[in-house]
Amino acid sequence: MIEVANVTKRYGDLTAIDRVTFTVGKGEVLAFLGPNGAGKTTTMRILTCFMPATEGTARVAGFDCFEQSQEVKRRVGYLPETPPLYQELTVTEYLTFTGRLKGMTASALRTGLDHVLDRLSLGEVRRRLIANLSRGYKQRVGLAQALLHDPPVLILDEPTVGLDPKQIIEIRDLIKSLAGSHTVVLSTHILPEATAVCQRVVIINAGRIVAEDTPQHLSARLRRSEKISVTVKEPPPDAINRLSSLAGIVEVFEQREAGTFLIECELGRDLRDDIARFVVAQEWGLLELKSISMTLEDVFLHLTQHEEGVGQSGLAPAEGTG
Amino acid sequence: MTPVNALVAKELRSYFVSPVVYVIGAVFLLIFGVLSYLAVVNASVQAIRLMQVQEAAAQLNLNDLVFRPTFYSMALVLLLLLPILTMRLFAEERKLRTFELLMTSPIGLNEIVVAKFVSVWVIYLGLLAVTGLVPVILSLFSSFDWNPVFTGYLGLALMGALFLATGVLASAVTENQIIAAFLSFGFLLIVWLLGAFGSLAGDSALGATLSYVSFIEHYDRLVRGLVEAKDLVYYLSGILLMLFLAYRVVESQRWK
Repeated sequence: MIEVANVTKRYGDLTAIDRVTFTVGKGEVLAFLGPNGAGKTTTMRILTCFMPATEGTARVAGFDCFEQSQEVKRRVGYLPETPPLYQELTVTEYLTFTGRLKGMTASALRTGLDHVLDRLSLGEVRRRLIANLSRGYKQRVGLAQALLHDPPVLILDEPTVGLDPKQIIEIRDLIKSLAGSHTVVLSTHILPEATAVCQRVVIINAGRIVAEDTPQHLSARLRRSEKISVTVKEPPPDAINRLSSLAGIVEVFEQREAGTFLIECELGRDLRDDIARFVVAQEWGLLELKSISMTLEDVFLHLTQHEEGVGQSGLAPAEGTG
Repeated sequence: MTPVNALVAKELRSYFVSPVVYVIGAVFLLIFGVLSYLAVVNASVQAIRLMQVQEAAAQLNLNDLVFRPTFYSMALVLLLLLPILTMRLFAEERKLRTFELLMTSPIGLNEIVVAKFVSVWVIYLGLLAVTGLVPVILSLFSSFDWNPVFTGYLGLALMGALFLATGVLASAVTENQIIAAFLSFGFLLIVWLLGAFGSLAGDSALGATLSYVSFIEHYDRLVRGLVEAKDLVYYLSGILLMLFLAYRVVESQRWK
């Protein structure tokens, strides 16, 4: 549904995105993940025909974003970073205007309007001026604008910004319900959001795609060792050496809190039992022992902070504890 | 409703919910009223003087004494007021990031430019229509030739359209509304002064060219009741040029 091939965008000397390539299948939900300034918005603006790419091609629903922009625009619902709202209009007036702008017929507009007002719980504010709405409502009006004409492709730039936790869950459920029937690309820097709603994650940093996979695969592929955290009451000064002498342990680090050690074990070996026995036998006073799994958050930090040695696909092993 | 009509309707609505139209409209109508009142008082003073001299009811020409001075003065008023009407058109959209919505909707950039121009021109024509009360009231008490009045209004409509199109261009250049207003104001003033340079240069080709470029000479003929093709061509081509430049400016910004 969306094909982006080697797209580069330069603003003068600044390269905002560099040879970005990815595809999104029909009905798929893809998250664009990256720190601020990574190039998420630029990519989305190219996909929505707001601006042309310097190099490369982007196609939406089979139409070229540059050559056949009107066809692309008809098929895309777009929520920009800042919701594009006219403060002087009421919610209904605004949505009616955007619907007409998208070329909706009067009857389609009537049903579509009721539908989005209901779906985004905007019914009670429909006659209020947008200027007087809270941030959460404004964000939802922006989202309603993108959904109104029921486009097959939705491009949402940080759709849950400014919403309270309950609304965030509602919006995520809404996006999940769109999966299958709609193709959705959303950008976010909130990692649980990507895990919660997306089938696939593209991590972008400094204009380049550094990883692309399902959230589960990403964390699995980067985890090249099992980690165990152990906290004891009275560690001897040479605790690190003595722990390291256990079979199967790669490395032991002392954590900032006194008496807490991070133990890296060989992949596929669960040493929790051995460590527990050892610590108890040494009478250090075992307080806590837990295994640590790598979250998407760790993967993200890992990828965006240790760029070296990370290929575009097939993540090479990288150093560090994550 | 087509996207273009929807945009025109929305622009008109935005104008009427903001105080700008009411303030500009009130000032515009007040000034027109004051100018024509002064012209009428002046005309009656001259009538009394003529009667004393000739001891007979003089035949006063309202076209010369009332309408022409009023129309002339309105050129300066338009120069000052119209940039304020147009300054928000593109600058505000860009500042509030609503431009992204327009540019990602299935509506051409040329349609956006035309819709914005048409909406503000409609408002201006509405204001002009209200000033029509002045000749209507005068016609109840006096008789005058309506034709120069109509051509004067045609001149006002066309010259106003040129000012508004210039304002659309100025608004497309910057995000700052104040700068947009001053740009169109300054530019129009310079174009006006070109006419003065033209008459300084006299009968030479340069003089003729400078006078032709300035809008005031063309307006002058229309106010005097002369409708010539070259004046109409001047205004229409000027309006189209400004709108085309506005289109190019907005288009080029997408590439930066």
